[in-house]
Amino acid sequence: MARVPVAENPIDARPWTFYALGFLFTLYLLFLYGPMLVIYALSFQGANGGVTFPIVEPSLEWFRDVWRPGQMANIPAAFWRSVTLAGVVSLVTVVISVAAGLAYRRPFPGAAIVFYLAVSSLVMPSLLVGFGIGLGFQFFGLQPDLFTSALGAQLTWTLPFGLLTMFAVINRFNRSWEEAATDLGASPLQRLRYVTLPILLPGILGVALSAFTLSYDEYARTTLTIGARNTLPLEIYALISSQTTPMLFALGTLTTAVSFLLIAVALFVVLRMQRRREWTSRI
Amino acid sequence: MDALANAPDILSATAENTRHREWRLPRRAVSWLQVLPLTAILVVLFALPTLLFLVVSFFDYDRTGIYPAFLLDSYREIFTSASTLRVYGSTLKFAAIVWAITLFLGFNIAYFLIFHVRNPKIRIIFFLLCAIPFFTSAIIRTMAWIPFLGRSGVFNQAVMGLGFTSQPLSFLLFSDFSVVIAYVHLYTLLMIGPIANSLSKIDRSLVEAARDAGASRWQIMAHVIIPLSKTGIALGSILVITQVMGDYFVVRQMSGGQSASIVSALSVEIQAMQYPPAAANAIVLVVIVALMVGCLLRIVDVRKELMK
Repeated sequence: MARVPVAENPIDARPWTFYALGFLFTLYLLFLYGPMLVIYALSFQGANGGVTFPIVEPSLEWFRDVWRPGQMANIPAAFWRSVTLAGVVSLVTVVISVAAGLAYRRPFPGAAIVFYLAVSSLVMPSLLVGFGIGLGFQFFGLQPDLFTSALGAQLTWTLPFGLLTMFAVINRFNRSWEEAATDLGASPLQRLRYVTLPILLPGILGVALSAFTLSYDEYARTTLTIGARNTLPLEIYALISSQTTPMLFALGTLTTAVSFLLIAVALFVVLRMQRRREWTSRI
Repeated sequence: MDALANAPDILSATAENTRHREWRLPRRAVSWLQVLPLTAILVVLFALPTLLFLVVSFFDYDRTGIYPAFLLDSYREIFTSASTLRVYGSTLKFAAIVWAITLFLGFNIAYFLIFHVRNPKIRIIFFLLCAIPFFTSAIIRTMAWIPFLGRSGVFNQAVMGLGFTSQPLSFLLFSDFSVVIAYVHLYTLLMIGPIANSLSKIDRSLVEAARDAGASRWQIMAHVIIPLSKTGIALGSILVITQVMGDYFVVRQMSGGQSASIVSALSVEIQAMQYPPAAANAIVLVVIVALMVGCLLRIVDVRKELMK
């Protein structure tokens, strides 16, 4: 293995490992998207086609089917339930994990206990959390429901994630910026409004977005705590245990399209915020 | 929402202004107030329910209900039943295989993204490419392998079309192979993320110093980069292993009903209202997972590393 001629040309010299790892990365992307592309294609299956190739008379039939309340599953109702629940989970997670993250900027007694409580909650096998909460509700004679037990079960998963994300966000936060604001005469409220929050905002958006996704896709924690009204993943699961149609794939395609859109919007907002910050700092 | 999110920080700000008079207690109290909601929720919704099923695991039961008792029967059943032990063995086997594969893939991909991709914009695009499938429901992503790997699936058609084989390969789907494939597909990102985070914190001048001192590429890898990315490796391993150990439906779907995971066996017991044996199974699983996570946390103090 030849030494890279560092002194002369450190930027342009690409070691062989670059090509090897680049090849590995390409293979991984193919592996990641291969089956996804198959389901994107199959979601355009004709009304009489099955869940494998060939595609018989391509159509949008299965996309229409997604929006039709069926006998086995009511996808639109479950979708709105999931979105509402995910919205609430995301909001609660942001408020609570940002507060907790700020607490960890200085040492305090009990910090380790709370941290390990959060880690335990994160690594606990998901179904067991739901099992415990379901048992608890039975014990107290309560009816499990969307915004009580299911919301609670999902928070045991999104909150620790939010806390860990906040650690990463706060690590990159330099406290001297706050001190500078105070030295320049900012009131605590002004400092928060114009210094702390704007800097933390991209991280907070990240917490909100990841909590939303984790909740929207959550299955194992929710299944024993949901009560009578299913969320989307539960409805999908009920569907696949009865019969698989290309409607499932159409749903996957729609989900991916919506995620692309959401990511694009989030990226746009963050970039705009950065540009505005650069602009104001130039003035 | 903003007002709520800000409230704790306003408190902390006020506390800092008054620190000249009595700074010690208020600042501590502010931290406590800030973590209080988190702690309360985790205690009520995680710690107490866990205690509850610990208690229930000792209970007696019959077809109509469960009765307070202190019996070890449920535990005895787990450790003496060959089929239960087989399920534990198979789940542990999958956890080990998937951990090895995702660690290899995750580390190399993270290394490529952080050290080899030099344009930050392209790096973000590559990261997003890795992350986007993650937004699709895990159930659908698992099911996506069926038209791909099935006997008349895309892969078999391609392989037969190219003349590599005349018979469709039947080991591809509803086998241990397809279970591992689905896990790797679902969870590699959980390895890439934390490792990339660790790698991005490595000071490049350390690598250059090692190179100037005459270290080979492998020496730099073994003595500089891997030790400095321990945190990410441990964190990613924890996420992947716990996901596989707690898996509910991948094994059931992708093995074609041939094998079960610990949790899917447990859920059968729950559906049959056999709460004490289910709870005992849950406790044994929790102990196994806790031991694994404990070992990984011993290797690296994740908390200290995260707060650095």
